[in-house]
Amino acid sequence: MTAPKLSVAGLRKVFGGDEQALVALDGAAFDLVENEFATLVGTSGCGKSTLLMIAAGLEEATEGQVLVNGRPIDGPGRDRGMVFQTYTLFPWLTVQRNVEFAMRAEPLGKAERRRVALEHLALVGLEQFADSYPSQLSGGMRQRVAIARALSYRPEILLMDEPFGALDAQTRQLMQELLTRVWEQHRLTVLFVTHDIDEAVFLSDRVLVMTNRPGRIKLDVPIALERPRRFELISSPEFLEYKAQLLVSVREESLKTAGSAV
Amino acid sequence: MSKIPDQEPATRTAGVASPPAGGLVRRGRRRRRVRLYGPLDPRIYVSVAVAAFAVMLAAWWLAAALNLTSDLFLPSPGQVWSRGVELARDGTLGSATWESFRRISIGFLISTAFGLPIGILIGTYRVAEAAIEPPVDFIRYMPAVAFVPVSIVWFGVGESQKYVLIFIGTFFQQVLMVMDNVKRVPREYVDIGYTLGLRDPGILLRIVLPASAPAIWDTLRITLGWAWTWLVVAELVAAPNGLGHLILTAQRYFETDTIFLGILIIGLLGLAMDQAMKIIGGRVFGWAETRRG
Repeated sequence: MTAPKLSVAGLRKVFGGDEQALVALDGAAFDLVENEFATLVGTSGCGKSTLLMIAAGLEEATEGQVLVNGRPIDGPGRDRGMVFQTYTLFPWLTVQRNVEFAMRAEPLGKAERRRVALEHLALVGLEQFADSYPSQLSGGMRQRVAIARALSYRPEILLMDEPFGALDAQTRQLMQELLTRVWEQHRLTVLFVTHDIDEAVFLSDRVLVMTNRPGRIKLDVPIALERPRRFELISSPEFLEYKAQLLVSVREESLKTAGSAV
Repeated sequence: MSKIPDQEPATRTAGVASPPAGGLVRRGRRRRRVRLYGPLDPRIYVSVAVAAFAVMLAAWWLAAALNLTSDLFLPSPGQVWSRGVELARDGTLGSATWESFRRISIGFLISTAFGLPIGILIGTYRVAEAAIEPPVDFIRYMPAVAFVPVSIVWFGVGESQKYVLIFIGTFFQQVLMVMDNVKRVPREYVDIGYTLGLRDPGILLRIVLPASAPAIWDTLRITLGWAWTWLVVAELVAAPNGLGHLILTAQRYFETDTIFLGILIIGLLGLAMDQAMKIIGGRVFGWAETRRG
């Protein structure tokens, strides 16, 4: 059997030391197979973003490791692309140049780089905004460019940290549909983080629920909804069933924090 | 097909007629209101700025015309002007201005050549910050004027002493401000750079520098103003020429009009350089303009 695409093994993360030590993760573990779309859900502060940052190589684990194709990662790398919640397009570059920036390290000619950038902007429906600056775009459009940028250089794994978290509900729904469509055309392994259960069920092959701090994987739910997925899906009985199951599981964790805080 | 043109005028009329007359009046009033951070017509901006100078000039002229004090304390604008014309004709003013301009350019460039890279380093590497920031902060609080005697002892009264004084007065402020500018670069930009495979030098050059460039440009603009102060201090103490020297010799002979002239020229030069840097900044960093308003 081949190694899993992404393997998270016995992750423990402690912030600070001594009395102020905060255990964010303790024994978080799971595997993703190639071209799987998995989502981490959990209450805010459960360590899901920390886990993603460790997978990206931007944070170091206290214990445990992350493996890509069976090899432990050593810091960040071009095999893992990242999309953040905050707007991370470089404001001094045009949309097109932002995407081209991601391909700097590729052995491509200038014209070829431009062509690939435009192709990916077309994928998210923004080719006519190639020469605009990020400040001229709406929040949803900026995130679409960020997705185009992350896909343009063909990373093996895409890590997404609440990429639609700052968007309004309507835009968010449209973005989820767009991401599903893009992903169904260009399969790749995705690890997505959100606290929105609807979003998790709609997008994923698999939803992983995390416990409250210290974060571990509490529940692993394969989502057997058929693809391609369309907007109408969110009112189907199967969808609602998954949603209810996950809501109960996450709610248990929320109640624990609420209990300790009140 | 024929229905559409029929309907169009109707909808158009409805569209115009729908807002009540009161709404239009109210909108007009709101546009005229002066609000916090509110916009202003550029023409009005310039008019107000020109008027402010006119008021200052008028107040000066009035104070002098009413003979509130003797000419020795407050020369009239006319006196200062004719002195200016006189000194411009014999070349004194031009060469003094040029000497000062040359000194400040060199002193400020030396300071920036050190301040910029060091500021970027201590803004990005904590180790560099630990090593450099506390001593810089310490020296920053020592008044640069207090270094005048020792700068003369060390460097004499030649040109290098002027540059050293401008450097002392500018560099230590500049470094800390650039550090602060760089620290404000969103961490996510840097993280994106790392996931794209860039290494530290690439991130500093291609992400940190462009991201903080508009703020750094403002820092340079502000510190250039301070550099002028130290230039004049240096020239007042010991210089064979320059605007500070012009003022100092005038004081010896009670030529208050020349003193005023020197001060005004320094103010005008500062204003001109500041406006020039603003315009250049606006052109080069156009992408940041919408954010800054």
